[in-house]
Amino acid sequence: MDQIPRIPINKWTDTGIDYLQAKWGSSFEIFSEHMEELILSLQDLLIALPPGLIIIIFALLAWRFAGKKVAMFAIIGFYLIYNVNLWEYTMLTLAMVISAVVLCIIIGVPLGILAAKRIGAHRIIWPILDFMQTLPAFVYLLPAVTFFGLGVVPAVIATLIFAMPPVIRLTTLGLKQVPEELIELGHSFGSTFSQMLFKIELPLARPTIMAGINQCIMLSLSMVVIAAMIGAKGLGGEVWRAIQRMEIGNGFEAGLAIVVLAIVLDRITQSFGKSNN
Amino acid sequence: MAKIEVKNLSKVYGNSPEKAIELMEKGKNNEEIRKRTKQVVGVRNVSFSVEDGECFVIMGLSGSGKSSLLRCLNGLNRASTGSILLDGQDISRVNTQELREIRRNKIAMIFQRFALLPHRTVRDNVVYGLEVQGIEKEKRNEKVMHYLKLVGLEAWADYYPSSLSGGMQQRVGLARALATDPDILLMDEPFSALDPLIRQEMQEELIELQKKLQKTIIFITHDLDEAIKIGDRIALMKDGEIVQLGEAEDILLSPATEYVGRFVQNVDRSKALTASAVMVKARSVVYPKDGPLVALHIMERHSMSGLFVNDRKGVYMGHITADDALRIAESKERQIDSIIRQEAPTVSPDTTLADILEIVAYTQIPVAVVDEDNILKGVLVRGSVIAGLAGERMDA
Repeated sequence: MDQIPRIPINKWTDTGIDYLQAKWGSSFEIFSEHMEELILSLQDLLIALPPGLIIIIFALLAWRFAGKKVAMFAIIGFYLIYNVNLWEYTMLTLAMVISAVVLCIIIGVPLGILAAKRIGAHRIIWPILDFMQTLPAFVYLLPAVTFFGLGVVPAVIATLIFAMPPVIRLTTLGLKQVPEELIELGHSFGSTFSQMLFKIELPLARPTIMAGINQCIMLSLSMVVIAAMIGAKGLGGEVWRAIQRMEIGNGFEAGLAIVVLAIVLDRITQSFGKSNN
Repeated sequence: MAKIEVKNLSKVYGNSPEKAIELMEKGKNNEEIRKRTKQVVGVRNVSFSVEDGECFVIMGLSGSGKSSLLRCLNGLNRASTGSILLDGQDISRVNTQELREIRRNKIAMIFQRFALLPHRTVRDNVVYGLEVQGIEKEKRNEKVMHYLKLVGLEAWADYYPSSLSGGMQQRVGLARALATDPDILLMDEPFSALDPLIRQEMQEELIELQKKLQKTIIFITHDLDEAIKIGDRIALMKDGEIVQLGEAEDILLSPATEYVGRFVQNVDRSKALTASAVMVKARSVVYPKDGPLVALHIMERHSMSGLFVNDRKGVYMGHITADDALRIAESKERQIDSIIRQEAPTVSPDTTLADILEIVAYTQIPVAVVDEDNILKGVLVRGSVIAGLAGERMDA
């Protein structure tokens, strides 16, 4: 057992990260700045909008897609958040979640399509997804900080790693579940690759892909407290501060706000996937 | 030139079909090939040709290779060896772009489980082929409504497939296939997922449509009754090979192998066989110029109580009875033309036994079979009709 010398994975990792940092550090910084600008302007927009308007928008969305009960819940829940002075933090968190989820969709759906179409891509992507989902978040939190500094950008990146796998997995699953006969139908009429994808496969895979996006949103919300440790402001930050100061009541309030946000977003996006007409 | 010409087509599933084909040429059977090479033979050295406007039925049980064969015809399956000529163009050798063009314009497919897109309305399902062709919106909507009317579904254009019955769904499939105005329709067991009554209705509608449209149809079925009803010719498949190819009556009356024989055993022969298959030659006819005594003599010799009358060219004129002949013989008339009766029913050679049975049951005398020029082709006697139903040929 001991004949083979210790394999220095730790050193290799450090060297690798140092190398990346030295070689690409400035690029990461530029990327980080641009992304921060985007996220911050979204945050500013959400905070600038009157709370009443946002509550109405959510209530209408909930009413249209998930029914009266969810709409009532959204109104009461969001009012409660406003009432306990957590509105701004909630908007910061919402902006972060939206940013992360949009990025997850932009990157995840095409990768899911690729994995469904090319077995080679599937073989490469799948183990990486296993890695992303099981590696403890704290392990990649640190390198995220090294590359992107403190603040909201590394938080979004860490959220991305944690929340993207279900989007990819369920996109692939959805495409593979399209009935063989409908694939044959597409081919038998001479459809091109993109006609197949946009007219047949993606519409049929939509409920499954939406389930993936729903999971992505929920996982993003569950990351907000961890993200707060590297400087992301918002509800997570409030929970984290309350924990450090042993303010159980304040912590509970911020936690409750996360739950309200999660339930409303969950119910609305769940119903996107259900109705096929 | 034939519309579709298939020559020595084989389809082998697996990663090294060459080995399987080599064994196939040595005459090994499919099971042996599968054991030795892990390759599955779908279609085995099949050749046939289909004329323009013909309805060609491929029949066989599941696993006989009929679906594999059908899918070779539009390139969903790439043929392993052999050639498939559509209007002289070999579809097994065209490139992707050419294949796409052929599929868009020349050949359409209708599926067993309808293959309607659940997220599209009936109208948007029918429009699919036109959309893929890139035809502009106004033009394609016009076409869609035309074909929806043709299948009687114009009122359902804005419904989703899930609210339609099976028969209606398949009509949508049919309209969709027709909308691109293809020359060739590939129908993969299109009616086998339907209830028996709806199935019959759809079969009849297809026959009516085909009269109007004159498409070249390749129709797959496992139901011999359906094959006989719809097909101009039938190819019967087993283990990837065509074991018999011919018109329905050839297959029914002279099965090529024991397998075909067993297949046709349970068919409803009354719908498959026609008058021409069971009629007997009219051995004894008289001409209108003949006298009653001649007629009576013939009747006596054949111990019959009546005779058919035709003219010298063979045109059927009616029949006479022994009683009438006797009566005019006593009154010394010299010709029988005054006693020719014309009330007896006649049938055409294409009438099916099912329709004949009814006529034969209510008619006392044999029934005359006449063609479109009213030429007497033969007669139906009860014995020959019953023998036909029982599966024996009456050689008159």
